Amino acid sequence: MSVLELRGLNKSFGGVHAVRDVGFAIGKGEFLAMIGPNGAGKSTCFNMINGQLAPDSGEILCEGRNIAGLAPRDIWRLGVGRTFQVAATFGSMTVVENVQMALISHARETYRLWRPASSHHRARALELLAQVGMEDVAFRPSRELAYGDVKRVELAIALANDPKLLLMDEPTAGMGTSERHGLIELVKRLVVERGISVLFTEHSMDVVFAFADRIIVLARGRLIADGDAATIRDNEQVREVYFGTGKTFALSASQGAKA
Amino acid sequence: MTLDAFLFQVLNGLSSASGLFLIAAGLSLIFGVTRIVNLAHGSLYMLGTYIAYTFATKIGGVTGFWGGIVATALIVGALGAAIEFVLLRRIYRAPELFQLLATFALVLVINDFALWLWGPADLLGPRAPGFRGAVEILGRRLPSYDLFLIVIGPLVLLALHLTLTRTRFGRLIRAATQDREMVGALGVNQAVLFTSVFALGAALAGLGGALQIAREPANLATDLIALGDAFVVVVVGGMGSIPGAYLAAVIIAEVKALCIGIGTVDFGFVTINFSKFTLVAEFLVMAIVLIARPYGLLGKAQGAVRSIAEPEEPIRPATPLLKAFGVAVLAVLVCLPLLAQSSPYVLVLGIDVLIAVIFAASLHFIMGPGGMHSFGHAAYFGLGAYGAALLVKWLAWPMGAALIAAPLLALAGALLFGWFAVRLSGVYLAMLTLAFAQIVWAAVFQWEGFTGGSNGVIGVWPPPPFDKSWVYFLLTLVLAVAAVLLLRRFLFAPFGYAMRAGRDSPLRAEAIGIDVKRVHWLGFAMAGLVCGVAGGLFAFAKGSISPETIHINRSIDGLVMVLLGGVQTLTGPIAGASMFALLQDTVMRQTEYWRALMGAIILLLVLTFPQGIVGAFASLWRKVGGRT
Repeated sequence: MSVLELRGLNKSFGGVHAVRDVGFAIGKGEFLAMIGPNGAGKSTCFNMINGQLAPDSGEILCEGRNIAGLAPRDIWRLGVGRTFQVAATFGSMTVVENVQMALISHARETYRLWRPASSHHRARALELLAQVGMEDVAFRPSRELAYGDVKRVELAIALANDPKLLLMDEPTAGMGTSERHGLIELVKRLVVERGISVLFTEHSMDVVFAFADRIIVLARGRLIADGDAATIRDNEQVREVYFGTGKTFALSASQGAKA
Repeated sequence: MTLDAFLFQVLNGLSSASGLFLIAAGLSLIFGVTRIVNLAHGSLYMLGTYIAYTFATKIGGVTGFWGGIVATALIVGALGAAIEFVLLRRIYRAPELFQLLATFALVLVINDFALWLWGPADLLGPRAPGFRGAVEILGRRLPSYDLFLIVIGPLVLLALHLTLTRTRFGRLIRAATQDREMVGALGVNQAVLFTSVFALGAALAGLGGALQIAREPANLATDLIALGDAFVVVVVGGMGSIPGAYLAAVIIAEVKALCIGIGTVDFGFVTINFSKFTLVAEFLVMAIVLIARPYGLLGKAQGAVRSIAEPEEPIRPATPLLKAFGVAVLAVLVCLPLLAQSSPYVLVLGIDVLIAVIFAASLHFIMGPGGMHSFGHAAYFGLGAYGAALLVKWLAWPMGAALIAAPLLALAGALLFGWFAVRLSGVYLAMLTLAFAQIVWAAVFQWEGFTGGSNGVIGVWPPPPFDKSWVYFLLTLVLAVAAVLLLRRFLFAPFGYAMRAGRDSPLRAEAIGIDVKRVHWLGFAMAGLVCGVAGGLFAFAKGSISPETIHINRSIDGLVMVLLGGVQTLTGPIAGASMFALLQDTVMRQTEYWRALMGAIILLLVLTFPQGIVGAFASLWRKVGGRT
């Protein structure tokens, strides 16, 4: 059974049909990229999967269970983690407390009133921070972190509930090239180790073509292609819709491979 | 009720709706453009009644009345412009909490100004020249002035609508309501726009007030009553929407008029006097609208609420130094009864301070870590105080039982009101909490048979040995220490962290499985519970309780205490409450114009001391490098 399967998903805003009959599936451990030009419906799709939007029609099956229309927190409880396009943390907490908060919630200890939060799951939180290379700043206020570090901390938070699926909305937006590859390599290593599936949207094609196991392409709300990097690169429709200029992905892909 | 009687009440309702609309429209316009909720709007309305009264009686005749109404609108409009120019311009970038407080400071100052100039007595204006008679409609006599008012509301609505849609000024207002920054970027002189919008809104409030003098006397209490009404109308109609304001004004006024029209109904098993339920009806309308449409009938969702001014430091456990200081203060307090022989007033003062500490600590709990700026914390204080007093009066409960019941009653109220409040944020939450507190106050005030009305409840004295002030002081001390330590414990526990997570970023908190509304709702309830302890203690400390002790002023006192100490620190509310209570019991007792003095203190605080005392010390401490 697929970790996540979308069937005939639709969403309109007023007169704009943002997502039309989109359907695809993610297998276990798959690293799936969703690409498409601006306005293709990526964010709408994403927000329906993570619960911020309810679809007009269609099903979103998480290991066979329909999660369409559930609240974000309930979807998270089913083992779907997420990171945000613009990364941020809980600014009034230290880095390790941010991770502890997620662990506390995962253990359903949110309503505990007595033992200090800082003593809950501290070791596990430090371990997660070590995995993303952030153990040195664990006790700093999280709002003092550099943006790239915030992205890593956010990843540690997203891993706190042992997700089977990780949704990453433009995980490398706002980062420099080397930082970008460092982060994606880290994600890839962690998900391979843990057998997590990942669905991510991305604007930098170098990252997509260098790391994704499979790519799906959206344009004007429709799914127009689904396949591995080579298939997508040679797809006539993708070239036409995506660039319209006849330019291919070959150049950026080779750059990505070198980096 | 016959059909005729029903239609007659509908007409009555429409004439009240015009008054409600005029004040709400101004409030809504000002908020739409400047994003400031002008708490002084009711005060401008009140000034309108006084100024128009002066014109109508000093000049008299047609000129004095009708000319006076026009002149009043212009004068109040000019005053509004002056307020914007002198005060608000300095705080557009400040957190909204400070804006609300600054405009509330104006409420206090204007109220004392009116007291000074016009005196405390109600002033009834003359009847309107040309509209002295009554018209016979449906077999009943309706004052012709009411018919005039029915017409004036839609006329002003039409005029505003044409101004907003057909003039350049109106287009700028609409553009600024939608995207203030863009209007600035397009090279529009925002300063002039803001001042003129504020003047227009103020003029509408002045006009609304001036038109009322032929119906109701000018009175010093109208400022807050008008403000409460305007809030309900604006919340129901939707912030920034002028047609919404009229629609809501009509609905609210009609519901109230119909309640009065229905009067007493015998259901066989129970008799209900509906005319006593006008406020409850108003509340129900608001509650229903907020559940169905959180941003009002014709309103739109607001953008993200501005966060607090300074980024907040992570909370740390108390340092040994702070612990030692706390123990020292406690030791002094425990020894305070020894002073009782020489100066008994010290203990009375001490009890006041401790009650203020409980009150402020509970408010800080939701205001700081919860980010919910409640402008109606007096409601839970009142539920506790009245709950305890009424249980003693009607059921002769002993003090111990009453003191346990007090917080539970406050908890029940906080659970009910909080359920609605946490669905909103920012200014909407502030207005809703304030409206709830006004409802509690008004219920106590109107329900004379049960609560004693304006006389309150007397004879709530503690039994021996608590009748000795030193024993009662120690009881208060024990409860205050317990409350403060307990709330502190909660803040360090997962629940407190979840509250802060929900405040820092609701979206992210939800994305890690935290039910933010539920957490904030329970936080709100806990604050209500602890606040009820303060209320219960207060009733027995004073031996009596009256509506004015649970008025909106107490809610604002709480905000000032928390801000005085510093909203971002955990010890701030304790220091702030102590200082405030000491100030109030000493300096403010000396003058008749304590409201104006209080207003001045708030303005000083907002303009020069935004971090509060403890906050300022803490950042100074960090600057000199003294980390412990």
